Amino acid sequence: MEKQSSGSDSPVLPAIPNRKPRTLGVNPGSRQESVDSLDSPTGSHVEWCKQLIAATISSQISGVVPPEAAARECKVGKKLDFRVSRRPNLRVFRDVQKQMQTDEVPLVPGESVRTTAKDVMYICPFTGAVTGTLTVTDYKLYFVSVERDPPFVLDVNLGAISRLETISVQSHGENTQGVEIVCKDMRSPRFAYKMEDQSKQEIVGMLTKYAFPLSNDLPLFAYQYKEEYPVDGWKVYDPVAEYKRQGLPNESWTISKINSNYEVCDTYPALLVIPTSIQEDELKRVASFRAKHRIPVLSWIHPETQATIVRCSQPLVGPSDRRCKEDERYLQTIMDANAQSHKLTIFDARQSTVAETNKAKDGGYENENFYSNVELNFLEIPNIHVMRESLRKMKEVVYPTIDEMRWHSAIDATHWLEYIRLLLAGAVRIADKLESSKSSVVVHCSDGWDRTAQLTSLAMLMLDSHYRTLRGFQVLLEKEWISFGHKFASRVGHGDENHANSERSPLFVQFIDCVWQMMRQFPSAFEFNELFLITILDHLYSCLFGTFLYNSEKERVEKEVYSKTVSLWSYINSQLEDFSNPFYVDYENHVLYPLASLRHLELWVSYYVRWNPRMRPQMPVHQNLKELLFLRAELQKRVEELQREVSSSHSLSSSSEHTSSPSHGGTPLHTTV
Amino acid sequence: MLSLGSGGPKPAKPSFVSYVTPGEINSEKDSSKKVEHLDLLPGEVVFCSATPVLRYTQDDLSQRGVFGTLLCTNFRVSFISDESPQEEVAQHFKNRLYGENDIPLSCVDQIYGVYDEKKKLITGGQVKNKYPSKIIFHCRDLRVFQFCLTYAKEEDGRRIFQGVVRHCLEPKSLKCVFAFSYSVPAKPVLQENQRTVMFESLEDWHQEMRRTKGDCKPIRDNEAFEISHRLPKYFIVPAAVETEDLSKCEGKGIPIWCWSHHSGCALFKMASVPLGQEDTMSQSHMERMLHAVAQNYLYSVKTEDLTETLPTLQDIQQSYNKFKQFFLIDNTMDFWLSDVKWFSSLENSGWLDMIRQCLRKAMEVVECLEKENTNVLIMEEGGSDLCCVVSSLVQIMLDPYFRTMVGFQSLVQKEWVSGCHQFLDRSNHLHQKEKECQSPVFLLFLECVWQLVQQHSPAFQFSETYLTVLSDSIHVPIFSTFLFNSAHHKASVLQAESPRSQNEVLTCPPVWDWSVQFDCKAQDFFINPLYAEKNKPDKTQRKTHKPKHQRQLSLPSSAFKTPPKKGFFKEETESLKKMLRMRRVSRWLVSPDSPQASTREFYESWQRKPLDYHGVLLPCLDGPAMRVWMQRYLRWIPELQIFGGGAIAVTNRLAELQGEVVQLRRELDRQGRRENKPDNHRPLALSRSSVRLSSSFPFASNRNWSFKPVIPNSRLHSIDVTDNLANQEDEATEAFTVV
Repeated sequence: MEKQSSGSDSPVLPAIPNRKPRTLGVNPGSRQESVDSLDSPTGSHVEWCKQLIAATISSQISGVVPPEAAARECKVGKKLDFRVSRRPNLRVFRDVQKQMQTDEVPLVPGESVRTTAKDVMYICPFTGAVTGTLTVTDYKLYFVSVERDPPFVLDVNLGAISRLETISVQSHGENTQGVEIVCKDMRSPRFAYKMEDQSKQEIVGMLTKYAFPLSNDLPLFAYQYKEEYPVDGWKVYDPVAEYKRQGLPNESWTISKINSNYEVCDTYPALLVIPTSIQEDELKRVASFRAKHRIPVLSWIHPETQATIVRCSQPLVGPSDRRCKEDERYLQTIMDANAQSHKLTIFDARQSTVAETNKAKDGGYENENFYSNVELNFLEIPNIHVMRESLRKMKEVVYPTIDEMRWHSAIDATHWLEYIRLLLAGAVRIADKLESSKSSVVVHCSDGWDRTAQLTSLAMLMLDSHYRTLRGFQVLLEKEWISFGHKFASRVGHGDENHANSERSPLFVQFIDCVWQMMRQFPSAFEFNELFLITILDHLYSCLFGTFLYNSEKERVEKEVYSKTVSLWSYINSQLEDFSNPFYVDYENHVLYPLASLRHLELWVSYYVRWNPRMRPQMPVHQNLKELLFLRAELQKRVEELQREVSSSHSLSSSSEHTSSPSHGGTPLHTTV
Repeated sequence: MLSLGSGGPKPAKPSFVSYVTPGEINSEKDSSKKVEHLDLLPGEVVFCSATPVLRYTQDDLSQRGVFGTLLCTNFRVSFISDESPQEEVAQHFKNRLYGENDIPLSCVDQIYGVYDEKKKLITGGQVKNKYPSKIIFHCRDLRVFQFCLTYAKEEDGRRIFQGVVRHCLEPKSLKCVFAFSYSVPAKPVLQENQRTVMFESLEDWHQEMRRTKGDCKPIRDNEAFEISHRLPKYFIVPAAVETEDLSKCEGKGIPIWCWSHHSGCALFKMASVPLGQEDTMSQSHMERMLHAVAQNYLYSVKTEDLTETLPTLQDIQQSYNKFKQFFLIDNTMDFWLSDVKWFSSLENSGWLDMIRQCLRKAMEVVECLEKENTNVLIMEEGGSDLCCVVSSLVQIMLDPYFRTMVGFQSLVQKEWVSGCHQFLDRSNHLHQKEKECQSPVFLLFLECVWQLVQQHSPAFQFSETYLTVLSDSIHVPIFSTFLFNSAHHKASVLQAESPRSQNEVLTCPPVWDWSVQFDCKAQDFFINPLYAEKNKPDKTQRKTHKPKHQRQLSLPSSAFKTPPKKGFFKEETESLKKMLRMRRVSRWLVSPDSPQASTREFYESWQRKPLDYHGVLLPCLDGPAMRVWMQRYLRWIPELQIFGGGAIAVTNRLAELQGEVVQLRRELDRQGRRENKPDNHRPLALSRSSVRLSSSFPFASNRNWSFKPVIPNSRLHSIDVTDNLANQEDEATEAFTVV
């Protein structure tokens, strides 16, 4: 336990009151016995802190320092020196690798310090309070304490902040302030300090200003970020190239420029794949019959059967079951484009009851009597508000402390994994319709930008191994999520202080969780690793890159995102090694059906519970494999060197046969399915 | 084949042969044809059979199945399909003793009969003339079989039902267990066998003590079990224990040495002596024993009565009974219904918590040995159940030798077999009525080990498949390891049974003779390809001088900032007496901190150190870290097979890579350069691509899984759809403005 030496005047603390000043989401039954072992902040530091500590910390603390563990991880990382590039500052566990300079704040290009305050106390829920220097830049909050060895570092991207709560404590007559920083990424760090000098008075102001730039008439940090990367991530997704990969256009489907000015639908991309035979006026009528004009468009086409995944929004049938001949014909055309099946399956992601009530609000679902040969299925997935609530409950379960005795029932009560299960099960049904029944499917929910994106992209991930590669997954996100108008800005609330906005919902997080669940079930089928997914989620919030900013392609063009900000893929693709899965084997055309059973689903601990030092892996599991890969590469090199020697000393004889030995990660395993 | 007992007169005294009445043995011609398909083991006899019997395929509710013959032998219940045996799907993992359609008799857990669509639990003794139309077997290795008897002749159906119930459920004598009929020509003792230390000779104990540099006293006074029937022939006690102390309390109250820490302190276990208030004799004996333990090192001792702090045998049994139900699934409908409640039911069973408690207790002991360097004495009423669990876990956590396969096997021999764990009673092979003694203690231990393997896979030489197979083997009634209650029990039974006839030798191999069950290739699955073998820096020079096992101190005790804690036992007989009387010895720490918090701290400070797979290993016990042993519990459930996924996909990739490395090395050698790095990795001979394997591989590999995706067929009832939120609009407002 760290000592605080100056505590001569520290009064003997009475037993710490078990009452907390306010509810802080603490398990009521949490044990308090170990609070005594916590180093009490010396003398002057307020009752408030003590109470906060008492409230925050249950039995977990024991006055130990996590960054040591972190530093160790770092050492391990060094031992494994064969990761190619090492760009600083962007690691997932940010507090991991800091141990070098203590007073210098590492800055990314374009970042500048706004305020620095000394003698700020960070009330760590795991290791007890620690005093140090807090710096606020226009991109992050950075706290470092040299009290511990190695120095303790906490680093929070301002973009991850959902809301700031300040508590001023007057009980001691001292002008002490507490700040709780509630984050979107499942943690809520707390600080306490005396408002003695100006720098401290500025803290909250600066945090508010730069955490919520849009509410304060400031640009998002992505527009200031100046890092240069060797590759340009904006080039990753080229819709024409992607459609070409899928074999499009063909005789039934065409790549249409009808939306090139976003006139048909302002939340759709400029390029759309629609049936060739549809006329423009028909299309416009279909558009007016679909919510937000989100007409049925092709997302994916099966290379063999020509069965397609088509996405759209709900039809505006209304209470009187309105019909739209053009819409009916449109779906008929989609069905006819696939010669293998004379059925079309519509998956409505919503709960059937909700779809019904939507009719009253002028929405609704396709009437099977009007659409011939169409089968309608409801996937019974609850809406964005339910998901938001579920994740909020989960934060209570995992942060800051875990009640191990009731872990499973607590997880159960959040329903988070049940929803994951529903999503996976829905996507499996979609994939199976295409693969086994060879029929085309239409997927929609209400607006077709939340659950629809989740379902189509998951189904595509199951059906098409290209999307399981590093590049392919980036394309998938760019296409199904970003270009098709998942409302990232509204769902995440970038730079916006209105944390209670009911538009916010962790739908993208939920999708990435589903991907992680698939990765767990098929540990060698994905080219990317867990770090890749976590990095994506971190930068979903960070506002460092332009990738996830704004609600639609149209807005992104207007705001010049592509020219004024950096793409997340620039960063990722500059150091692919870090994000690749050493176990990867190309499954080629094999369709992956994850099991949508709760017995096979698990909470993504290394994302949701990663702030808890006890849950950090001590050593990456693949370390052995990485060593093996390294060894193989070394041997390979030596073999090749020798061969060169041999061939140069003798003659130009046989060099070709060896070069074909397994040099590319993953000798292809053939599949017959 | 069927000659045995068919015509001979009935001997007066029931023996292992005549336990079967001649009438039971079916010698009808048509079924004997089928029987030919069955490869009987030496000494195996068919009791009865019925044909045709429909075996339902578990995959659906459609009541489809395969016709065939159901047989009951003195070893197993077996189903032989009428369908021509499938052309041998390259079976990687075939058990030589029983196939996937065989259930060893002692592996049958429960039998249900379906009478007029009603499922009833069958218990021995209540066999009436009415036999069920359908018979369901729940096996201890978690397989489920369903047979329909209505197609067979009524007589056959009744006979097979009665036969099965009698042989699987009713009390029997140990002599009827198949091990005593199983006779194979004596094989030369295998090398594998030799390497596992059996702890049956004094030399084995000496060697173990030398290995751990312990300084205790070997005892040979129990060679003929004069001291106690509940102690092995040879054991080790603290040096200060006098010979006359040994016979004081009928073998109880003797601290038995388990293992010595490199610091000198050691772990002892003891069958506790019931302490009455007035019983001064046993009190003074206990005192003397405690002193003796304390004298082993620095005059320190901590004691722990496991009876008080860990769950009882009945708790363990009950908890496991609840737990296993989640995996014994009759049909798809049940599966999805239970799936919704999965997390809550998991918690309600309390099984994971049992595992956690054992691991935590072991961690507390590790803390005492490693951090405080005090001697530890664990006690328990019989000294052979939870003492075995905790002492073995402690040794696995502290001593990397026990994380190798041979080391682990030696550990089981030392702590469990020599430690007189009552394997026979705990597994209730004989279906004794008094059920209190039945409890899956050894399985609980394996579960704990599995958690460690799961968390620190590279530290273990053996794989989870090894543990799964070991847990199955408990119910294969052949292995001497699991058939007896103590060394004395084994010796007396074997003596009574041994020379049955001249040309038959009673083979009762230990389970460690894996070749009895698996061929070499299959045994490769026991090896963990990720095992981080210890690098020996310059092995050629030092190899000979170093002791076989080198322990590494990853956690020097000085590394802990906290001073050696309280509770240091001194020569205070008064206080000791008081402590003993109060039976509150279990407090390791006298501080207000609960032992839990202290263990937590211990864990955290360990976690901050660089992880050394050959040093101390501690498990993380937090909620998310405790997992279900998927391979063991989910392998037979068709709904849960992940095709192309599961751990096997990784294993496959690793094997492939290792193969490449080996090949490259050879290439290098061929090119005339010497590569002196040793080849640590044993490549797995796996040729099938992981894409085609299911997650339950290598188990259930020859089942015909369908490649259709599994789609839940029941709605989630628990989701509260009436929630306000659910009816809320996705859009907060219709107008959506660009910010």
